[in-house]
Amino acid sequence: MKIMVNGTPQEVTATTLAEALAALGRDGETVATALNEEFVPAGTRAATPIAPGDRIEIVAPRQGG
Amino acid sequence: MLGFYGTPVASRLMLGTAQYPSPKVLSEAFRRSGAGIATVSVRREAAAGEGADFWALVRELGVRLLPNTAGCHSAREAVTTARMARELFGTDWIKLEVIGHADTLQPDPWGLVEAAAILSAEGFKVFPYTTEDLVLAERLLDAGCEVLMPWGAPIGTGLGLANRYGLRALRAQFPDVPLVIDAGLGRPSQAAEAMEMGYDAVLLNTAVAKADDPAAMAEGFARAVEAGRLGFEAGAMEPRDMAAPSTPLIGKAFLA
Repeated sequence: MKIMVNGTPQEVTATTLAEALAALGRDGETVATALNEEFVPAGTRAATPIAPGDRIEIVAPRQGG
Repeated sequence: MLGFYGTPVASRLMLGTAQYPSPKVLSEAFRRSGAGIATVSVRREAAAGEGADFWALVRELGVRLLPNTAGCHSAREAVTTARMARELFGTDWIKLEVIGHADTLQPDPWGLVEAAAILSAEGFKVFPYTTEDLVLAERLLDAGCEVLMPWGAPIGTGLGLANRYGLRALRAQFPDVPLVIDAGLGRPSQAAEAMEMGYDAVLLNTAVAKADDPAAMAEGFARAVEAGRLGFEAGAMEPRDMAAPSTPLIGKAFLA
């Protein structure tokens, strides 16, 4: 199914947010996630189902002022 | 000693981590600034591993982190960003930015208060990037904020203290609330002025990162902040219009 990851369309077979992160190769990293503009804690990603058209944001620590 | 939400703060200079020419220069600037608090952000990675590299760098600085919600234009967006930042950086401190105007990056007062109330209720220690508006300050305190960070001037301008009257009034109105001048400073003298006015600390980024020699500028600001604070604590003399000789007239030799 097609989902949006950081604004870019991606084709994944995952059924949960945790599986999607693994499919994208991002599961081992220090990242935080949001699904359809709502924060999803790392501990609940495996229990968070995803559906076609979902918008996933994956963010990392970055420079800031 | 100055404290934010019960945490003692040794240095009155807080420094951002963005826009430095290199990680090495960033580290050197922090070392010479003596800053104990660094602002950071959460962002999408442009390239894999960027986040991990930066994360390793900031941990080496040995400073306390203050994640921001920079670039958020609604309370909802800022709240989600804050929640992500809390998990990512492992701190409930959040520099809350809710931007209301694209050209000036002026805070949206309504969005700011709304987000501050939500985040405070969730246990966040909110550091709101605000204006010098007294009523907004009161609302933010009511929402649970125990620190206020009014702008000196719009972010990245280096204009210094654009509204001295407003900032003096804010300081006078809230003598017991830690107040940090956040944004708009360009030169050490401007930081010294803020400290002489009784502000508790200053937070800057561009002024150091975009200087020709960021590390030297960081030290310049550190000394200015210290000088300004000493000036405030010492209590300055009142200015006067007419000259008053400092050397006694009595005993002067009669030579005319």
